[in-house]
Amino acid sequence: MHAHSVPLTWYLTLSVILFALGVAGFLYRKSVITVFMSIELMLNAVNLSFISFSYELQRIDGHIYSFFVMVVAAAEAAVGLAIILTVFKNRRTLQIDEVDSMKL
Amino acid sequence: MDTILFLIFAVVAVVCAFNLVLQTHPISSALSLIGVMASLAVLYLLLGAEFVAMAQMIVYGGAVMVLFVFVIMLLNAGSEKASTKAWFAQVAGLPLLLAFVGLLGFLIARALPDTRRVNFGSWVGGTAQEIGRALFTTYLLPFEIISVLILIAIIGAVVLAQKEIE
Repeated sequence: MHAHSVPLTWYLTLSVILFALGVAGFLYRKSVITVFMSIELMLNAVNLSFISFSYELQRIDGHIYSFFVMVVAAAEAAVGLAIILTVFKNRRTLQIDEVDSMKL
Repeated sequence: MDTILFLIFAVVAVVCAFNLVLQTHPISSALSLIGVMASLAVLYLLLGAEFVAMAQMIVYGGAVMVLFVFVIMLLNAGSEKASTKAWFAQVAGLPLLLAFVGLLGFLIARALPDTRRVNFGSWVGGTAQEIGRALFTTYLLPFEIISVLILIAIIGAVVLAQKEIE
């Protein structure tokens, strides 16, 4: 073991911090696009912990899971941004607290 | 060297994530998110995940973020207006968040007392060859299902984007 190696727990702690920042953005921001980007940040944080545990177990299953998370996130981004486009077309606003009725 | 690289890119990731949450203009948040994703790709490389690091750069840093920036430009999204927040969020939000981070950090420290130490290059299991073999043998069914999911998402996005509510 080298003297200059990093404990795996540092990676997991970084993942926790990024996830918490994503939660903060999700709860505090009012622009629907920023809220959506906070969700992507949370997904990235979870991916980091998948890859870290994959290193701990020296198996590639974690890599496959994070690959699937990436694919689902790409699909989610496409559909979510289409929903944002539709909401903006119909209501002319991106503030989430101005979009407060189910029906126009 | 490992420690220096980890610290540099971990600090970049955390600073960019803070910037994402604190900026009021969506385009600044989007650029910060690209910073987070790029530094996470470097951390994946340090953990021996070559394929996932490249996929992170191409799929996340490239495709998804281009989509975000495109939508921000298309909608001409300006800075968000300041709005009043609920008193509970103002009072308890930050302490609860810090408690969450502290609890998870404590759990990580207690539950995983002796984890491996990460040395760059000591394990290179995540090559494209290994990932490809696992995807087409063990994980063949999830792989096929997720391709159908992608197809549904494409159709859904097209249908949603041209829909007009009267």
